[in-house]
Amino acid sequence: MTTTYDDLLFEISKPGRIGYSLPESSIEKTDLTNLVSDHLIREEPAELPELSELQVMRHYTGLSNKNFGIETGFYPLGSCTMKYNPKINEDIARYPGFAQIHPLQPEKTAQGALEMMYRLEENLKEVTGMDAISLQPAAGAQGEWAGLLIFKAYHQANGEGDKRRKILVPDSAHGTNPASAIVAGYDVVEIKSNKEGRVGVEALKAAVGPDTAGLMLTNPNTLGLFEVDIVEIAQIVHEAGGLLYYDGANANAILGKSTPGEMGFDVVHLNLHKTFSTPHGGGGPGSGPIGVKDYLKDFMPAPRIKKEEDEYSLSYTHPQSIGRVKGYYGNFGVNVRAYSYIRSMGAEGLLQVSEDAVLHANYLKARLEPYYETPYKDHCKHEFVLSGIRQKKLGVRTLDIAKRLLDYGFYAPTVYFPLIVEECLMIEPTETEAKEQLDAFADALIDIAKDAEENPDTVTGAPYTKAVKRLDEVTAARKPIVVYQKN
Amino acid sequence: MTKQHRYLPTTEQDRKDMLETIGVSSIRELFSDIPESTRATKEKAIELEDALSELSLTKHMKELAAKNTTTETHAYFLGAGTYDHYSPSIVNHVLLRSEFMTAYTPYQPEASQGELQALFEFQTMMCELTGMDVANSSLYDGFTSLGEACNLATSVTKKQEVLYSKALHPQAKEVISTYAYGMEYAVKEIGLNGTATDLEALKNSISNETAAVIIQYPNFFGTIEDLKEIKSLLEASKGMLIVMANPLALALLESPGKLGADIVVGDTQPFGLPMSYGGPHCGYFAVKKKYMRKVPSRIVGQTVDKDGKRGFVMTLQTREQHIRREKATSNMSSNQALTALGSSVFLAAVGKVGLQEMAQQNINHAHYVKNELESKGVTVLSEANFFNEFVVKLDRPINEVSDVLLDNGIIGGYDVSSELNEENTMLLCVTEKRTREEMNKLVSILTGEGK
Amino acid sequence: MTDKAKLFFTKEHEWVELVNDDYVRIGISDYAVEQLGDIVFVELPELKAELSAEDEFATVESVKSTSEIYAPVAGSVAKVNSALEDEPEKLNEAPFGEGWLIEIQASEAVDVSGLMDSSAYEEYVSSL
Repeated sequence: MTTTYDDLLFEISKPGRIGYSLPESSIEKTDLTNLVSDHLIREEPAELPELSELQVMRHYTGLSNKNFGIETGFYPLGSCTMKYNPKINEDIARYPGFAQIHPLQPEKTAQGALEMMYRLEENLKEVTGMDAISLQPAAGAQGEWAGLLIFKAYHQANGEGDKRRKILVPDSAHGTNPASAIVAGYDVVEIKSNKEGRVGVEALKAAVGPDTAGLMLTNPNTLGLFEVDIVEIAQIVHEAGGLLYYDGANANAILGKSTPGEMGFDVVHLNLHKTFSTPHGGGGPGSGPIGVKDYLKDFMPAPRIKKEEDEYSLSYTHPQSIGRVKGYYGNFGVNVRAYSYIRSMGAEGLLQVSEDAVLHANYLKARLEPYYETPYKDHCKHEFVLSGIRQKKLGVRTLDIAKRLLDYGFYAPTVYFPLIVEECLMIEPTETEAKEQLDAFADALIDIAKDAEENPDTVTGAPYTKAVKRLDEVTAARKPIVVYQKN
Repeated sequence: MTKQHRYLPTTEQDRKDMLETIGVSSIRELFSDIPESTRATKEKAIELEDALSELSLTKHMKELAAKNTTTETHAYFLGAGTYDHYSPSIVNHVLLRSEFMTAYTPYQPEASQGELQALFEFQTMMCELTGMDVANSSLYDGFTSLGEACNLATSVTKKQEVLYSKALHPQAKEVISTYAYGMEYAVKEIGLNGTATDLEALKNSISNETAAVIIQYPNFFGTIEDLKEIKSLLEASKGMLIVMANPLALALLESPGKLGADIVVGDTQPFGLPMSYGGPHCGYFAVKKKYMRKVPSRIVGQTVDKDGKRGFVMTLQTREQHIRREKATSNMSSNQALTALGSSVFLAAVGKVGLQEMAQQNINHAHYVKNELESKGVTVLSEANFFNEFVVKLDRPINEVSDVLLDNGIIGGYDVSSELNEENTMLLCVTEKRTREEMNKLVSILTGEGK
Repeated sequence: MTDKAKLFFTKEHEWVELVNDDYVRIGISDYAVEQLGDIVFVELPELKAELSAEDEFATVESVKSTSEIYAPVAGSVAKVNSALEDEPEKLNEAPFGEGWLIEIQASEAVDVSGLMDSSAYEEYVSSL
């Protein structure tokens, strides 16, 4: 029988095989039975696979061939900033001086690590226009949560903790925004976007009050539109006694053009795995540092990095701190990559990043406008939304369009988000794609639009060229199988 | 910008052509929606150091890296939650495959089968080790997994107090306190009996208000707690047993699931992940079946495609923040998929037999050092029931001892004087990587200098 | 199959069947089910749970959405349709029949004057 490499590890396992070699140890055996009661000793060994080294490699190589990354092809996933992840940063993160160091080893033996973190903080202060940075949050959502806990600590310190219990969130926001507010102990008030796809000043005025803890905003927002009233928005929230939170998921649009600090935000997070090129790893690890203005410094997560003379250390004593949100100092290895990226780009390079990212998005939008509904006509920033409502009338859903794109050798855009756009396709090309690539993608979407009219079945039956055809997600959720079951 | 950058393909000609298609005359026009008062200007531009070429970058980064002491030159007897273990070379080779490394969350499962299957296998192996029914596909780290477990327990039991042992990792205590600050429930510490949880005190503290009891297994001081007995203390209440376990120890210790745990969390860093100054590591999160639909973050499930072929998808997604929004019980979005993959490759290579052998070597080595120290007159505070870490009491401050060790090419153990309220105490860790020579050297310094 | 014509409806698309004066069966309408799509999970309350009118008592999940269901009348949960735990698809197949959710024992005669009858509900749905 031929192996198709579709088998699970457990199905190719055979007792007796190994894929490792530990040194022979001459140290005498200590029997666990002499140390603990019998009931604490494992009765049945864990059924882990038994494979040779090549079998393991072939298994994972087979799996990687069924996976799509940025180097496989164009990855226009909106709000995810799928830019090139420089290879040199992978080399650097693997230097023993970064990878083989223990988080609790004496500070004097980790000066290079602390210096790198200090330097990255300084760079991020500059990029965000904030006064202090914490690298601890592991991802954007954790940054949001830490930021909102800082809101909470700030209001409590002002004796308004009990009163200010509401966080305002626009309806176009990422789902993590309202969810982070909830796990920070807040109630959420949703602000409806106006016709232009932005936070309306009137709607905001109606929503703020003495119970407002703050507003969370993504700018540019998830429709790819800049919040043109940002100065007034900040003023309204501040006058009501609230604070402003900047969700940095879309920061790739504004590097060197403006900063959240200038716009009036009090707390920001950045997604280093989006804007600063660290690989997404199929869902993580990310890194979501937060930045705050001076008056919120004392509430930051501890420890913080300190530089005195030429010596770096960690300072733990911050009585007003919200505490620790994650182990150690954040996803250090990810931060090494982001620092390397910033140093590779410089200020001019980052400015060029945003200019090209915005140019690319507007170019794609212009090419696609005749074929798909564009609900918002203004120039976009680094991403834009299309609606598949014309195609829906022909029996072709946005999901079908997404699946058909896979057959053209592209990943699909973000679909059905933001929720306020029907049959939404959200496209973010990034600055690292060449014009020829953008054109090929536009041509594919135009082809699909034509097929939706002439051969809708071609589209609705997609994909045809992947490892599997359309998967049954309903059965997966109705009768969940979440661990391997032996036949 | 005057010079083309190696990461940016767009040329001046491309820019001209694209602007023409868009129908604007300059890129500046595309940014005219940014209010003038907030716009960067020449005077108000961001200032960073000049861009570095690849060669200059590597030089700079090598200089920074060179300032750190590493496992390449020093023998580490430091553990305390992060460990210097053997990792087969192939782990890194798989992680470098860009199809895994540079992918996003598998929103289009048909183009992401490789990763989905790998995570399904990860879930399966974590369930095998922990003795639980359902595991998610990873969280940020062991401590945040524990925080999520506390939120789950308080939400399911509708009770407002979480008890944790003083023998819990100090940073885990800090993280759950932050979680409790968010969701506004109480956390309370249960004291020690030696280096283990004081079960009498625990028994007296469990009440109708107890949402959960947290026990680390082996605990922060290395001691193997009796989970079965602890579970029996919880029987009268509806409180849940949350276990934070070192997954390597589970190769030989009875699984928390069999001993009654409701939630098992921890970090798979010992499985092939570099210490990397504390991250990225990989949190795991496993539960009994009845809590399946309460698990935070992503879970991969098996299904079939329209031809009936087996395939994998993210499933039970309605639990997640992107759907529940303000009704969510967790805000988890990014996870640690790539490090979960790394740990899976490690487990696949080391396998059923290897993991037991490795765990056994940890026990052998740690007990060898303990016996040597004890026979030469050093006070050992741990009882015999420890895995690869134990506590010794020395006769002078730990930082002084650490300096001496450092001069001799050794990174010493963690100073637990404040955690144990007992001065001059050190938590030593001995993994399979330590050689007899390194161990003997440690013993001779501690018995010569530390006494 | 329950006769739809005899049911009462809320604007949130729950239906109420008066089994007795003080005893009702509750479900969600065919319109609601169609909007939700393929239902994959139904979370029901515990037996004997006390509900006030408009309390959230159940959650119905499809693959990509989740909806809370609110009690149209007050009372104690007398029965839950536990068959839905294993076969949530019954809700798609027969929302007025095997897909019912719970039964409520009220402490007094149930007042349905605030609810729509079947034809009023039809009209309401067509106006959406």
